Amino acid sequence: MKIVIIDYGAGNIQSIKFAIKRLGYEAILSSDTEEIKSADKLIFPGVGEASSAMKMLKSTGLDKVIPTLKQPVLGICLGMQLMCTYCEEGDTDGLGIFHADVVKFDNQLKVPQIGWNKIYDLKSDLFTGISEGEFVYLVHSFYVKECAETIASTEYGVEYTSAIQKDNFYGVQFHPEKSSDAGERILENFLKVTQPNTIK
Amino acid sequence: MLTKRIIPCLDIKDGRTVKGVNFIDLRDAGDPVELAEIYARSGADELVFLDISATEEKRKTLANLVRRVAEKVNIPFTVGGGISSVEDVDILLKNGADKVSINSSAVKNPDLINELAAKFGSQCITVAIDAKQVNGEWLVHLVGGKVPTDINLFQWAKEVEERGAGEILFTSMNNDGTKEGFANEALAVLSSELNIPIIASGGAGNMQHFCDTFIEGKADAALAASVFHFKEIEIRDLKEELRRNGVEVRL
Repeated sequence: MKIVIIDYGAGNIQSIKFAIKRLGYEAILSSDTEEIKSADKLIFPGVGEASSAMKMLKSTGLDKVIPTLKQPVLGICLGMQLMCTYCEEGDTDGLGIFHADVVKFDNQLKVPQIGWNKIYDLKSDLFTGISEGEFVYLVHSFYVKECAETIASTEYGVEYTSAIQKDNFYGVQFHPEKSSDAGERILENFLKVTQPNTIK
Repeated sequence: MLTKRIIPCLDIKDGRTVKGVNFIDLRDAGDPVELAEIYARSGADELVFLDISATEEKRKTLANLVRRVAEKVNIPFTVGGGISSVEDVDILLKNGADKVSINSSAVKNPDLINELAAKFGSQCITVAIDAKQVNGEWLVHLVGGKVPTDINLFQWAKEVEERGAGEILFTSMNNDGTKEGFANEALAVLSSELNIPIIASGGAGNMQHFCDTFIEGKADAALAASVFHFKEIEIRDLKEELRRNGVEVRL
């Protein structure tokens, strides 16, 4: 199985690579369009600021490539946010794969949210073997609003989307590579997805 | 609901753990990676590695260690100690650190906080503040708390937040090493005046101290070293006790 982590200069991709290795697979980092198109599974990571990350995607042409991919794609953290319609951070349009907006947490809360929180209302094969209310590790200041494509929710002052799916595209707000055994299981579930499945 | 975090801190010198640790099940008591794995399995929410070595070789050794930890450990970890430039941070993050912690270098060059936050994002920039209450005023101290400044803790903390830090690690030099509890009054002020998470450090001696720092001190996370290293407190027992006291934890 060819696993490619899309490398566009955003964030800590080493940890994702190591987590995949702990599961017994090898992942390669690439920004090459052909390499990306020929992958069996793709991870779309991201840490940092939305508008500058979108600029990096545009400068490499990946903003056109990613929405056309047919194989399973997993966006992580900012990666998931960039797959949405619009990001309030830096006032930028996203890739428009998921039909949801990304907005900032209320100022009454500590921002960023840093730490372990629960995921619930789990609705995807991504969560096979994962209990309702499982803890995952999150670090973010902006969140994806709940929508028809939401497959997991989390509460932090507001109920928001902590995982999302549309056809072959998956997104998780949390860091599966840093979410202990549960995170590794979710990552493994993604690597075992055989064909795009719809929301149950 | 977001849970309160328990963070063991490992002091590192030349790639090895410094403070004595009392883990009989460790093959190599000086190996930070093995210790980190044990903590991850025992329910720690995060880890902090504080590098106290001062040699020229340090950066390379530390980067190698970070890489080895990232390969093995599936919870987040922060690396601190002697970080003073964008390049220092870049190499640590590229090797798999989730966050870095800066301290004296931020006081000497506050713009560093802005630069790091702009380049890497606030979420991976922790600013550590060591402070001591002198004649009623909390003053920031440098070089592991040895050198006093005339900077007020609360003003500095506010500035650190405004400059883009994602989190503050506050160590009270009055409490550190006493095992008599955290500096909860100062922590509560920090937590209510600031809008970023506050990690309490210095003074942990028993489980009640952790309850107090979360409830009275309103801390978002609590860091300790020796009580965990010497197994005076088991993280799982601590979390059960916290939960009994109404503190939300990951169990």
